Amino acid sequence: MRPTTEAELAVLVRGANGPLRIVGGGTRGIGRAVVGETLETGGLAGISLYEPGALTLVAWAGTALAGVEAVLAAEGQRLPFEVPDMRGLLGTAGDSTLGGVVAANASGPRRLQGACRDSLIGVRFVDGMGIVVKNGGRVMKNVTGYDLVKLLAGSWGTLGVLSEVAFKLLPVPETAATLGLSGLSDAEAVAAMSAALGSPFEVTGAAHWPGQGTYLRIEGFAASVAYRAARLAGLLTEFGEMTVEEGAARWSGIRDVVPFHGRAGDVWRLSVKPSDAAGIAARCGGEVLYDWGGGLIWVLVAEGTDLRAVAAPFAGHATLVRGSAATRARVASFHPEPPAVATLTAGLRAKFDPRGILNPGLLA
Amino acid sequence: MPKPNPAILARKAQIVARLQAVLPADAVIFEPHETRAYECDALTAYRCPPLAAVLPRTTAEVSAVLRVCFEEGVPVVPRGSGTSLAGGALPTADCVILGVARMNGVLETDYHNRFIRVHSGRTNLSVTGAVEADGFFYAPDPSSQLACAIAGNIAMNSGGAHCLKYGVTTNNLLGVTLVQMDGTVLEIGGAHMDAPGLDLLGVICGSEGQLGVVTEATLRILPKPEGARPVLIGFDQNEVAGACVSDIIKAGVLPVAIEFMDRPCIRACEAFAKAGYPDCEALLIVEVEGSPAEIDEQLALIKAIAMRHNPVELREAADEDQAKRIWLGRKSAFGAMGQINDYMCLDGTIPVTALPLVLRRIGEMSKEYGLDVANVFHAGDGNMHPLILFDANKPGDLEVCEAMGAEILKLCVEVGGCLTGEHGVGIEKRDLMAVQFAPDDMEAQLRVKDVFDPAWLLNPAKVFPLSVTAGRRAA
Repeated sequence: MRPTTEAELAVLVRGANGPLRIVGGGTRGIGRAVVGETLETGGLAGISLYEPGALTLVAWAGTALAGVEAVLAAEGQRLPFEVPDMRGLLGTAGDSTLGGVVAANASGPRRLQGACRDSLIGVRFVDGMGIVVKNGGRVMKNVTGYDLVKLLAGSWGTLGVLSEVAFKLLPVPETAATLGLSGLSDAEAVAAMSAALGSPFEVTGAAHWPGQGTYLRIEGFAASVAYRAARLAGLLTEFGEMTVEEGAARWSGIRDVVPFHGRAGDVWRLSVKPSDAAGIAARCGGEVLYDWGGGLIWVLVAEGTDLRAVAAPFAGHATLVRGSAATRARVASFHPEPPAVATLTAGLRAKFDPRGILNPGLLA
Repeated sequence: MPKPNPAILARKAQIVARLQAVLPADAVIFEPHETRAYECDALTAYRCPPLAAVLPRTTAEVSAVLRVCFEEGVPVVPRGSGTSLAGGALPTADCVILGVARMNGVLETDYHNRFIRVHSGRTNLSVTGAVEADGFFYAPDPSSQLACAIAGNIAMNSGGAHCLKYGVTTNNLLGVTLVQMDGTVLEIGGAHMDAPGLDLLGVICGSEGQLGVVTEATLRILPKPEGARPVLIGFDQNEVAGACVSDIIKAGVLPVAIEFMDRPCIRACEAFAKAGYPDCEALLIVEVEGSPAEIDEQLALIKAIAMRHNPVELREAADEDQAKRIWLGRKSAFGAMGQINDYMCLDGTIPVTALPLVLRRIGEMSKEYGLDVANVFHAGDGNMHPLILFDANKPGDLEVCEAMGAEILKLCVEVGGCLTGEHGVGIEKRDLMAVQFAPDDMEAQLRVKDVFDPAWLLNPAKVFPLSVTAGRRAA
C-alpha cells in the first residue's frame, strides 16, 4: 500500500484487517521484523511550507530527507540535529524520509544541543483507528494542550503513521573547525570532552574514536571559530597538543558510525551519563566509538552478545541497532522499561492503536 | 469551575484526618482562614479556597497524600509557587492543593555531566543561583523566575526571553521523579539523553499537572557565555521592525533574545522606568553573546541589517550600565502596566512573518472594544504578549477584556499560530481549545490523561473545555 494523500492513508489504516509494516525509506530498520502488510509512506511527499525568515519547514512525512536538505542548504539553513545516514551501517538502501527520521528520533553529533524531538514543532498522524490527529503546529513556542509531538518522535510508528511533520530550523554557520587530541585513554578523552563542553566556547560535536583521536567541533563566524579554537587549546593543555583542521568533514563519519561499516558482529548503541562511559565500555569489550561527549557509545561486539547483561549495571539504556536474526530473536532490541513505565507505554499504545496493528512487536 | 462534589465536602473531617495520619501536623492546612492563602494563583480574577492544602517535604509524603486522595476520590490540584497567569493552580472547593514549596533542595550538582537534580519546589532563579558561582546557568528564564517553581515550569513547559537560542523547559529537562495519582513513584529519564521507548518525559512536560506530580527534576545546565550585550533599534513602523527581525534571523546570526515593544508599551515603560527610550512606533532589543570581539562582530552585522531598514534610533550599549538601561524599560514593562491599570496578559504565538498583520488587527480591535493594548513580545520566536488594559472596578470591563483577548487568540490561530506559547491553558484559555483543535485532536490528548490518571482526579477541570471532559470527570 502506498497512499498519496493523508485522507487515503486514513482510509487504508481504517480498513486494514491485519498488522501493518510501516515503511518510510526503509533505511533505519531496527528491532524484530514486523510481519504484516507493507504500508509505504513515500507517496506522501512534498514541502508544504518553507519560511526561511521564520526558520520553519513543514513537509509531508514521506518527503525524502536528501531533497529537503538541499532545499534548506540553498537558503543557508539546515535541520539542527544532524540526521545520521544509517545505510552504510545497516546495509540498507533507499532514501530516508522525514517521517522515518522523526519516528526514529534520529539525531547525530549535534544532539548535544538538541535531538530531533527538540526541533520538531508539529505533527499530523493517522492513529491505529484511522483517525487523523494534529498536534503542535508551525511555531516554535507552543504549550497549547499536551505535547504529543514529543510522544510521536521516537515512537517507531507504534502510535500512529506520521503524515506531516514541522521543524524549527537553524542557519548554517559561516565556517566550522575540528580540533583533535591524540593518544588519550577513553577516560581521559571523556574528561577532555567534558571540560570542553563545560566551557563557554560552544562545542557542537565531541567524539572519541579509540586509537584514532578525540575530536571537538566548533562552528560560527570565522573570527569567532579561530578565537574559540585557541581558547579551547589553552583550556585543554593538560590533554596534550591540539591540532586544528578546517571544516567538519570528519563528523559525517562519526554521525554514520563509519568505523563499523562492513564489519562482522552486532552493533549496539548506549545512552549513558558521560562520566560512566569509559567504565561501561571497558565492561562491554569489543570496539567502541564515543559521541555526545561520551553520552553515546557505539559498540561492535560478537554476534549474539546480550550487551545489556554484560554492561550492567548502568544508568541509561542500550539499543541493539544491528543484530543477526539469531540475536534479535533472543535479545530485545529496545531497552526493557521498569514495570510501572511499561504499563504506561502499553496503555498509550492500547489507546492509540487498540487493534495493535501498527508495527506490532517492533518495540517489544 | 465545575460544582464541588457535596459528598466530598461532607467528608472533609475524615479526609483531613487521613491526610494528617500520613503527614506531619504542620503540613496539613484545613482551617478556612488558612486555606484562603491558596484560593488563587496569579490569575487573581478567579478565586476559590480549597478543601485543604498539603505541603509535603518528601517524595514519599507526596506519594502517601496522593494515595489517600485516590482512595477517597478527592481531586488534587498540584501547585508550585502559584504564579500561573492561566489559573493552572486554581482550586475547587472539593480539592486538595498539593504544594511542593517545601521541597526546594538541591539533590545533586554535576558539572562534568552538566546537570543538576533538584526538588521541584525550588525556584527557577535559585537553580541558576546554585551553579552560577561555578560558571553555569539554567537556561529557561520566565519573567517570574524569582518566584516560580521548577514544578510549575515543567507543568507549563515555561519559556522566557532567551528561547530562540536555548529552547524552553522541555529542551532542558533530562528526567523527573513523577508520582502518579495512585501514589506510584516513577523515575523517567535521568542524566543520560533520550528515552529508550516512548518519550514519556516529553508528554509529561507541559501537561499542566494533569498526568502526575513531579517531585524531583534533572535539569541540563549550561556554561555561562563570556559576555552578552544588547543593542536597541527604534523604527517608525511596526512592519519595518518585523522585516528587520526576519532579516536578522535569515542572516545567520542567532541572537539569544529579540524583544519587540510597540508605542503604547514604549511610552508606558518610559514613564515608569525612565530608561531613555526613543519615542517611536516600534522598538527592538537584540542581545548577542560571546567574547567582546565575537559580540562586536555579531552586532556589526545586526547594525548593518538594521541600517538597511532606516531605523530612527540605533543604540549600542557601550558598557554594563548602558546595557542595563536598555533592558530596564523592557524588564519593567509589566510593572509599568500594572501601575497604569489592571491588565490581562496573553501569550499567543504567531509565525514571525504574520507580525505586521497581527499588530494591525490588534490595533483595530483595541478601537472596537475601547480598551488600550500594549504589545511587548519575544519577536524571534513569535511569542506575543499583548497586554489589554482594563479597570477591574468598572462593572463589565473584565468581560469586555476577556472577549477581546479571545478575539486576539483566535487571530493568532488563524494566521498559523497557537493560543499559548508559554503560560499554558489553565482555565483561562480552556474554552478556546476548540479554536485550535478539532474534536479528534483533543480526544487524542484526553486519551493520554486516561492512561496516566484513569480516575481523572489530577487538576481535572483545566486545559480542556468542561463540556468535553464532563463524562470523564464524573467517571
